[in-house]
Amino acid sequence: MMEATLSEVVVSVLLLVGAGFALVGSIGLARMPDFFTRMHAPTKATTLGVGAIVVASLVFHSSSGGGLSLRELAISLFLFITAPLVGHLLGKAALRGTRKD
Amino acid sequence: MTIRKRLLPQPFVSVAVLGLWLVMVSAFTLGSLLMGAILAVLIPLFTQRFWPDRPLVRRPVLAVRLFLRVCFDIVLANWEVARLVLGPIGRIHPRFFDLPLDIDDPFVATLLASIISLTPGTVSVDIDTEARLIHVHGLNVGDEGAAIAAIKARYEAPLKEIFQC
Amino acid sequence: MLSIVLPIALSAIGVAFVLNLWRLVKGPDATDRILALDTMTINAIALIMLLGIALGTTVYFEAALILAMMGFVGTVALCKFLLGGDIIE
Repeated sequence: MMEATLSEVVVSVLLLVGAGFALVGSIGLARMPDFFTRMHAPTKATTLGVGAIVVASLVFHSSSGGGLSLRELAISLFLFITAPLVGHLLGKAALRGTRKD
Repeated sequence: MTIRKRLLPQPFVSVAVLGLWLVMVSAFTLGSLLMGAILAVLIPLFTQRFWPDRPLVRRPVLAVRLFLRVCFDIVLANWEVARLVLGPIGRIHPRFFDLPLDIDDPFVATLLASIISLTPGTVSVDIDTEARLIHVHGLNVGDEGAAIAAIKARYEAPLKEIFQC
Repeated sequence: MLSIVLPIALSAIGVAFVLNLWRLVKGPDATDRILALDTMTINAIALIMLLGIALGTTVYFEAALILAMMGFVGTVALCKFLLGGDIIE
């Protein structure tokens, strides 16, 4: 019983942190003045936020029976690998756009 | 040696494919192991042409330490970005700067660019291989030289040492 | 405890979606819209994971994985299109 409550606390904290960072990422996207400053928040905050939510899901499903499920880790890893690439490509595209004008 | 080279041209990719397959089916049985092994041999063979020649990891311990440092910095970066995003906009000083590269290898340069994107307040925008610099956008850069020196000391020097290039 | 945290997390992601949508509509550049769409995809993954926790099933995992992969490929294709007009060189 004690273990179940512990995992619940871990899941709750991860969910709150994750959702908070995802929200911060979108606030940054909506609020920042130009494209390059806008780019920072989603590439970092959203990635970590959703990564945390995915890990929360991993802990939740592993603790509520059904054994250890590491599959969610693949999503997290994938997001962390692709986020800089997307940021890089978008920055490159935006740079070309501003140079053309 | 040659048989291993021909069957498993990319041993790291093969291990990664096998591991990913076992995680995906999340059932450690003989069947899944066999299927994973077949995929681990076939996928690197078919994608061989797309893989550039990569330098080997010469200093694995240092690589693990760099990995942990980057993980720590990712969390730090998010704290920093959250603070800047939620704070007053007038206080941030975004600007571009060019980071001169000491690394020749394109794979390692890409790795460095990715690390820059994931760590505090900087996003790599463009890699110029001819002029050998990475175009970086900083969210809040006070001193350009200090930011460049920090990136060079913290990430580029360990990367250079790990891959010996 | 989860019954309190889950609605909070879901509404945070919901607000994030609205902000993304606002950026998507407002623009002003194509790159801003692509960035908004990419962020939306990642938030959708979070939403799917939260739904999986709320309903206590793992059947939505594949949807999240496919969304992660397709979102990345789609964003890269759009960026390549903006960069040169050619998606595959």
